[in-house]
Amino acid sequence: MLLDVHGLKKCFPGSERPITVLDGVSLSLDAGEVVALTGESGSGKSTLLHVIAGLEPTDDGSVLFDGVDICSMDDAGRAALRRNSIGIVFQQFNLIPSLNVRQNLVFHARLAGRAASVDLPALTTWLGLTDHLDKFPEDLSGGEQQRVAIGRAVASEPKLVLADEPTGNLDESTGQAVFDLLLALARRTGAALLIATHSMRLAEAADRRMHLSHGKLRA
Amino acid sequence: MTGPVLTALLSHWRRRPFQLATLLLGLSLATALWSGVQALNAEARKSYAEAASILGGGGLSELARTDGGTIPVETYAALRTAGWLVSPLVDGWLSSEGGRIRLLGMDPFTIPQDTSIAASVEPSLYPELVGTNGILLANRATAARLPDLEDRIRIIEDLAPNMILADITTAQDLVDMAGFSRMFLLPDQPLLRPDLASVAPELTVRPPATANDLGRLTDSFHLNLTAFGLLSFAVGLAIVHGSVGLAFEQRRPVLRTLRALGVSARRIVMCLIFELLTLALVAGALGVIVGYVMAAALLPDVAATLRGLYGATVNDALTLSPLWWLGGVGIACIGTAVAAANGLWRVARMPPLASARPRAWIMASSHAMRWQAGGAAVCLAAAICAVAFGGGLVGGFVLVGGFLTAAALLLPIILSSLISVASRWSRGPIGQWFWADTRQQLPGLSLALMALLLALAANVGVGTMVASFRATFAGWLDQRLVSDLYVTVEDETDIPALMAFLEDKSDAVLPIWHVDAEVMGAPAEIYGVVDHPVYAANWPLLSAQPDTWDRIAEGTGALINEQLARREGFSLEDPLPLPGGWTTTVIGIYSDYGNPLGQVVLPLETLTRRYPGVDRSDFGILVPDRNKEALTAALTEEFGLPEDWITDQGAIKAFSLSIFERTFAVTAALNVLTLAVAGVAILTNLLTLASMRLPQLAPAWALGLTRTTLGRLEFIRALVLAALTFMFALPVGLGLAWMLLAIINVEAFGWRLPMHLFPLDWAWLGALSLGAAGLASIWPAYQLVKRPPADLARVFSHER
Repeated sequence: MLLDVHGLKKCFPGSERPITVLDGVSLSLDAGEVVALTGESGSGKSTLLHVIAGLEPTDDGSVLFDGVDICSMDDAGRAALRRNSIGIVFQQFNLIPSLNVRQNLVFHARLAGRAASVDLPALTTWLGLTDHLDKFPEDLSGGEQQRVAIGRAVASEPKLVLADEPTGNLDESTGQAVFDLLLALARRTGAALLIATHSMRLAEAADRRMHLSHGKLRA
Repeated sequence: MTGPVLTALLSHWRRRPFQLATLLLGLSLATALWSGVQALNAEARKSYAEAASILGGGGLSELARTDGGTIPVETYAALRTAGWLVSPLVDGWLSSEGGRIRLLGMDPFTIPQDTSIAASVEPSLYPELVGTNGILLANRATAARLPDLEDRIRIIEDLAPNMILADITTAQDLVDMAGFSRMFLLPDQPLLRPDLASVAPELTVRPPATANDLGRLTDSFHLNLTAFGLLSFAVGLAIVHGSVGLAFEQRRPVLRTLRALGVSARRIVMCLIFELLTLALVAGALGVIVGYVMAAALLPDVAATLRGLYGATVNDALTLSPLWWLGGVGIACIGTAVAAANGLWRVARMPPLASARPRAWIMASSHAMRWQAGGAAVCLAAAICAVAFGGGLVGGFVLVGGFLTAAALLLPIILSSLISVASRWSRGPIGQWFWADTRQQLPGLSLALMALLLALAANVGVGTMVASFRATFAGWLDQRLVSDLYVTVEDETDIPALMAFLEDKSDAVLPIWHVDAEVMGAPAEIYGVVDHPVYAANWPLLSAQPDTWDRIAEGTGALINEQLARREGFSLEDPLPLPGGWTTTVIGIYSDYGNPLGQVVLPLETLTRRYPGVDRSDFGILVPDRNKEALTAALTEEFGLPEDWITDQGAIKAFSLSIFERTFAVTAALNVLTLAVAGVAILTNLLTLASMRLPQLAPAWALGLTRTTLGRLEFIRALVLAALTFMFALPVGLGLAWMLLAIINVEAFGWRLPMHLFPLDWAWLGALSLGAAGLASIWPAYQLVKRPPADLARVFSHER
């Protein structure tokens, strides 16, 4: 088992009392598995992904990645885990605006020390970005930016890709194309994929679906 | 891994070259002004040390006459015979092109070899040095000023500027001195030797002179320069703080992405420190070069000031040590660290998912207004405490610093209040939007406006002080220079003939005889005056008794200058101990601007009786019918006096005023530079803000305001803010002027000046500040006017 989340609790401060976003969430993910995480806006999907990525601390519970509890790691340990084993795709793309497409694509792989193994021509062909390599993010459409973000996430050969509403800012057809690309790349690289989405239609393409509601997770 | 992180961080600057240029410009200017001032100070202090080392014999005590006169050769012989190990010295002046040159004559055979004088002369030169027509030693610049002695001068570059070394007999010939000026006391004296009082009772032991003697006199001048350098540095750092802080905030999405991609906060901070260090080194190196050029340009004026005001000689060329260069780069690094500390701290503590809000970062300073008000109160309290409990020159500068800082901190609060009032009064929709938008912009501009306030206040304050000084000084010169002609005689034996010659050709001859001596433990001048009504009619006394001039005529008291009175706390009728062990009474205090030394005026008869070694070479002459030309011609013909030994009153006034103008040339230059830096701060802030203001401007454009109207409003906004800042700077500047005149001047120079107001100068400065703000806003406004509509429309498609 690649990922084993158990009894995860997460609260945020509220004006009157703390707001519980994750209330005893447990889930597991095998290597190469694709799992869709659905739920209403504000249901805690992004928080769950952030906690798994070690971007947010938890209040209770454990997150075992390859058998190691990331909740007990320090900041440097969690950073190393993200650098070497996890790829993240954000709803807002989060590309580095001052680097061009080529530099953005290999950036994560460079951080992980795997830049040499990136087959950039093949990757850009897959992504349909061959003609955009020297452009900067501001010169790209939303769909193109998200494709760069996906390429960056998979180029570092992570064991797990976390995708947080990757089609949330895109129109339906572009969103579908991006989702298909993400799925295909995950399958091709053998990475497990945990994808948070509003779209039930997209979720149906995953191996497994989970629904998050009021802080509780159900299959 | 550090490589890609640095690539990502540094790529920000590649995409924003203007922001990078702004940062480098601010830091370079700040470093340049600071290190330029330090270069001037370092060069001056080095020259003092060289001169003091030569003059003071490198830490040896000296024997000199208590009355300041010449030591006869017989006294020297008596001391040597009695076992005293002394080495004679002749200390005089030679006239030259461009002022007097110090001549030191030494005895190569008795002078201790570890003194600076002896070390300056190679023993191989001794044969040429001693004897009739011996050679003279000087550096190249000094030698060039003495073409008549060119054949006899041997160049030694390491010698102190404005100084000539010679064998003692050569020096005696050149200055026509029969004895010696003073004698070095050798460190190892025989244990059994008679008391000095029994061998030479007219001599006294003086402790070694050090560079500090000159340093103390000139400290206030250097402190003034340093204060200006510091002010300019602070204004420059305002630019750096704005640029660095904004760059951090603009890159927050990148930092967040880096964290998400597995870069630790610690590594990001280290990379940012490396980036800042690189920028600081580049800007520091640029700044040090500009500072060097600036210092080299200002040094002649500084040297002239120090020569005119303090008699201190400073090299005209900069010779700076590697430490200075390193110091300049070091101050750039420190400045960057200070300016970036807050931003770095925020990055270090930033949670990985913190969102980027550059607008919020700019607006955040509005929440700081309460803190600013508190800070202003603390600064004012510190300023008042410094004067009430500390006092002194440092206390004065703390007062000025606290006052200016408090004013700067209060500026955004005052501007915000004024804009609120204007907003309430405005009726039309454009007016209301304009004021609301101006208030929203204020936090982003406040740092630049604070810099402008400091520059303007310094300009008003220092300008008022200088102009008040000039007005007072000119009036004082008119009163003080009572004689029509001033004559110097070469040979004192000519004096009876001169007096006889002038008896029927002048209304009066007023000897200006004096002796240099120590009064109350500090260097001072003691002058003598004859009993003549012209003094009572013209001498500007600050405080006097009704019978002051009668008592001077009777020889029962002395006048002292304001500096001596303030330094020693003398009032009228206080006893005044004088050299030679006698005491007289203070019966008048006079203003004596421009003189760093204490001064005492005695009846002439008392001066010559008490101090036989008095210098009797100068005279003032009251000329009938102001027929100065005829008398000058007659004196030249009769006594063969060189032209420059007869000076008319107008020439002295012009010379004094020219020294005055040069004295403040440096201050004026630094003033203008500080204002220029403040102008750059406004320009850079406006340009930086312009790139982020589209979300504010696009709705107004969409609702029907043309880009031209928006550009015009941007231009007007800059003018309005500059005008309001100037209006606040005016009272602050006048407060500063009062502090400079009533506190700093008194502490630094020993005199207090009346404050004059110069509204025309203010009007000019106001126009200048509006011009600077207008110029700074033209480019951003033009960019807005020319911005493609698509850019504005894109704001709505990007809004989420």
